Amino acid sequence: MARFIVRRLLAMVAVLFAISVFTFFIFQVIPNGDPALRLAGRTATPENIATVRHYWGFDKPIYVQYVKTMGHIFDGSIVSYTQQLNVEDQIRADLPPTLSLSIGAGIIWLFFGIVFGMVSAIKAGRFTDRALTVLSMVGVSTPVFFLGAVMSYYLGYKAGIFPPANYVPLTTDPWGWFTHLIMPWFALSVLFIGIYARVLRNNFLDTMNEDFVRTARAKGLSERQVLVRHVLRNSLIPIISLWGLDFAAVIGGGAILTESVFNLQGVGQYAASSIGNLDVPPVLVITMFGAFFVVLLGGVVDVLYALLNPRIRLEG
Amino acid sequence: MAIDPAAFTPGTEFSEGPITAAPSDAARADVVGIGPYRLALRRLRRNRVALAFGGLFLLVVVLCLLAPVYSHDIAHIGPNDGRPNGTVTVGGKVEQVLSVNGVPIGPSWHSRYFLGADNDGRDVAVRLLYGGRNSLQVGLVAALITLVLAAAVGLAAGYFRGITDGLLSRAMDVIWSYPAVLLGVALGTSLALGGLDLGLFQVSGNSLWVPTVIIGVVYIPYVAKPLRGQVLGLREREFVDAARAQGMGSIRILLSEILPNVASTIIVFVPLIIANAILLEAALSYLGAGIQPPNPSWGNMIADGIHQLPGAIHDTLVPGIMLVLAVLGINVFGDGVRDALDPRATVRIEH
Repeated sequence: MARFIVRRLLAMVAVLFAISVFTFFIFQVIPNGDPALRLAGRTATPENIATVRHYWGFDKPIYVQYVKTMGHIFDGSIVSYTQQLNVEDQIRADLPPTLSLSIGAGIIWLFFGIVFGMVSAIKAGRFTDRALTVLSMVGVSTPVFFLGAVMSYYLGYKAGIFPPANYVPLTTDPWGWFTHLIMPWFALSVLFIGIYARVLRNNFLDTMNEDFVRTARAKGLSERQVLVRHVLRNSLIPIISLWGLDFAAVIGGGAILTESVFNLQGVGQYAASSIGNLDVPPVLVITMFGAFFVVLLGGVVDVLYALLNPRIRLEG
Repeated sequence: MAIDPAAFTPGTEFSEGPITAAPSDAARADVVGIGPYRLALRRLRRNRVALAFGGLFLLVVVLCLLAPVYSHDIAHIGPNDGRPNGTVTVGGKVEQVLSVNGVPIGPSWHSRYFLGADNDGRDVAVRLLYGGRNSLQVGLVAALITLVLAAAVGLAAGYFRGITDGLLSRAMDVIWSYPAVLLGVALGTSLALGGLDLGLFQVSGNSLWVPTVIIGVVYIPYVAKPLRGQVLGLREREFVDAARAQGMGSIRILLSEILPNVASTIIVFVPLIIANAILLEAALSYLGAGIQPPNPSWGNMIADGIHQLPGAIHDTLVPGIMLVLAVLGINVFGDGVRDALDPRATVRIEH
């Protein structure tokens, strides 16, 4: 186990390093990506540009720039090119909406995914199952920004049931926080509910044919106990691992579309606007931040998987 | 335990012709086995729902291919022709394409502006079909790129193992941990600004190739990882040893011995990847990093529509519903293909 964790950590560092190099260089090779030109402003003289270039260190070789930038990331002093604000402070300010969105949505999609998947499997082949299957296929096929826009138009603007957009901090107005987030939560969850319901349905049906289920029935457990304690518990294992990875992806900028369409001002939206401005430092930090979560939770999921299912051995 | 012979109807799923309870050697020769692909085709053909949705997707494709015909002969307007000051006759009344405060007209249900206008006075129906051509083309070509590269990576990593596997697998890890939409947006935005000059060939910023290649690359790990796993098992099998003993080279073993054995997995991935590629293209276009205006695509039409909400909801709904129909069609069809080829559902795409 210890060996596995060490190997995982090393691989994680390697992946993060590769991602940081890759992100940094993407923005170096693009033609009109010279940050000095944009920093110096529209009416800059060549001397101005040269000063800016020297001040920011853009005249240094690219690997020197890379090392310096990474140094700034680790001591927390990195600033964005365009607004010259501290990137890490900015991300910290944008975290509450992103965390509120992803934690709430994560709970919703896990709950409904399990409920729909289980109902579907128990009623396999009947009308309920078919209806749920169609619903989850539609959910998987609908882009979140389209769903979000239609929801906020009909439920927010037309019917006035929910406030249409924006984020209200939890600390200032808990009820406003909740009502503003209901639509984003569900819009983001629909895709995952569709995936999870279908995965769980298949696992559930497979597990129902296992010998231990017959044993459980034979020893006289009620149907409910058999389904919940034996079948559901065993078919949940892959769902948990899926959830870990999806949740990490959503925190690390995967909710960029939901945040944009509901204007939640979270980390994803910060990434989108920084990319639009070709502002390398925020993009670099956010992609590393997102990849960090994906790799970290990927490792945690593997360990959990082995703990939940002793048949799986972790290879050292 | 006796098996009731009557339980077997003549011509079961696995064979043609009647099955007798205890066939003699002579009779056994008459029982013709069916190959796995014909078996799968048979299962698929019985799945009416999957076929119907596959038909829906084909219908969308055909409609989009007919875009020039519709544009030229029915709507009499090109996809990028805006007529903000134009008028259109609806039910005998002459109406402005854009109202005084700039709100575009809704569906007229007539040949001109059948599905309404957008905020530049362009015909939404015409743009929908042309946009569909772009979206579908990007989706299909991206899926092709994904499958070819993923097959190459998966086969090489699984077969050669060692350092090849190490390098390829780490590269897959990097792509996989890179947030897909962020990666697409970063590449898309930077390339859309100035294009790419690789010396040998140049890609202009608004070329369809930019989103196509990005989307193609993003999905490689999802296909390459399971393929690698399968190949790791296959390379230890006897038929591979036999091929090696015959003196076949690695490339030949990969192509003629291993590839046919993973072909069904690849086929299962085709519709899933196409569906996801179309969705990702829409997402990139929505964020301004996909197909560049004025080229229409379903994604940037939805984006245009969303930006003028709460007015003219039809500009969001029309491309959105078309996109959902196309993706739903191919998703349900793909599900049928998977059920037919891989009934134990070992192949999945998770995002």
